[in-house]
Amino acid sequence: MSEAMRKIEISLTINGRTQTLAVEPRLSLSDMLRDELRLNGTHIGCEHGVCGACSILLDGVPIRSCLMLAVQADGHQITTVEGMCNEDQTPGILQEAFQDAHGMQCGYCTPGMLISAQALLTANNDPSLEEIKDAIGGNLCRCTGYTQIIESIQLAASRMREAG
Amino acid sequence: MKAAKFEYILAESIEQVVQVLDQGDGEAIVIAGGQTLMPMLSMRLARPETVIDINKIAELSGIEVTADEVIIKACTRQAEALASPEIQTRLPLLAKAISYVGHQQTRNRGTVGGSLSHADPASEIPLAALAMDAHVSLRSAAGARRVAMADYFLGPMMTARADNEVLLAVHFPLPQGDVRVGTAFHEVSERRGDFAVVAAAAHIQLDKDGICSNAALAIGGADSVPLRMTALEDRLRGDAITPERIQAVLADVANALTPGNDQHASAAYRRRVATVLAERALTEAAAEAQE
Ligand code: FES
Ligand code: FES
Repeated sequence: MSEAMRKIEISLTINGRTQTLAVEPRLSLSDMLRDELRLNGTHIGCEHGVCGACSILLDGVPIRSCLMLAVQADGHQITTVEGMCNEDQTPGILQEAFQDAHGMQCGYCTPGMLISAQALLTANNDPSLEEIKDAIGGNLCRCTGYTQIIESIQLAASRMREAG
Repeated sequence: MKAAKFEYILAESIEQVVQVLDQGDGEAIVIAGGQTLMPMLSMRLARPETVIDINKIAELSGIEVTADEVIIKACTRQAEALASPEIQTRLPLLAKAISYVGHQQTRNRGTVGGSLSHADPASEIPLAALAMDAHVSLRSAAGARRVAMADYFLGPMMTARADNEVLLAVHFPLPQGDVRVGTAFHEVSERRGDFAVVAAAAHIQLDKDGICSNAALAIGGADSVPLRMTALEDRLRGDAITPERIQAVLADVANALTPGNDQHASAAYRRRVATVLAERALTEAAAEAQE
């Protein structure tokens, strides 16, 4: 085996669970999540940082998992869309709001939208329209025209405020 | 697409980085935030043998303020620079520029040094750095050197940094003496967060009598590198900046640029937009300095 194919052992926490695995240096974080860990909720649209479908939370802040090497995630905390459910695996407030307000059609962009919206609402549960648009500005949707996505986020925000 | 195979080194020190670069013979490349290198790797536009990760080198991250300059270390995240009160108050033009860079997801990883190393002719951080007379510090196994922004950009995605050099930091000089500073950043892009089609950065200094003691106007996206409008700047110095004065010098902008035609915009459109953005940026910067 050539030196370049050497695998590197990493250890990271994904959705609250600490895992150790060996990865090839060239493996992207998005491919690691999907192919090695079977967390297929994270979608890959473009694989070069344009669409936002692969967004995840890295140590609580949204990033694009196709723009990070899996080895670079060593020691970090990651939340994927799978980690956004309630503890009993029922949909979380945001996910439910996306269902209720029809925030998706084909669903391809949805995991990324949910992650971006989650980061926004964690910091601010009463965002303005401009703040919502800015938060999802890096996520492309080819179906909805964005209106229902924005309404879903507004619905989730109001439910979060009610829940206190 | 998927990246071609490479070896990965998590560097522990700057010495290690320059050693690897030196032995790499042009086949080793530094990764910081990865927001420009990762796409290049996955499209196989870059096929390095070795990728050296500088994210864990503490000396390469953070913001330092001295009496005469603000130093932003290469691996400082764009999000950190944007949120920094020091940057907002001391380098307002940079803060304005970074607010146009990408999206929250890319700013959380993307670094100030990475943007300067990639040197896309339409990118915002290089443009602001050029307008502020910044310089970068570079290091190789042979030693360190400084390169002024005016000498740094050589062509699209080409800079004065050699393959065996690592960018350590960018240094922004602070205005000295009793001056009032005004800044403005304007751009036209297809959607917010995209690379600019054309962008303009203005940095104006007035003395206590309201006379322009220094003027900088930089235009990006309208030539192969970001450019300072030096003829226009010379004409603005030494006078009060009025709307008439700005109108009188604006023709210099179109003359100084050789824009390209591409799928985003024609050369004629770029020239025209550059002039409009220059007017807006100068007007706003002058008004801010007069406040
Ligand atoms: S797949 Fe990562 S941004 Fe498109
Ligand atoms: S729902 Fe289809 S891409 Fe957004």
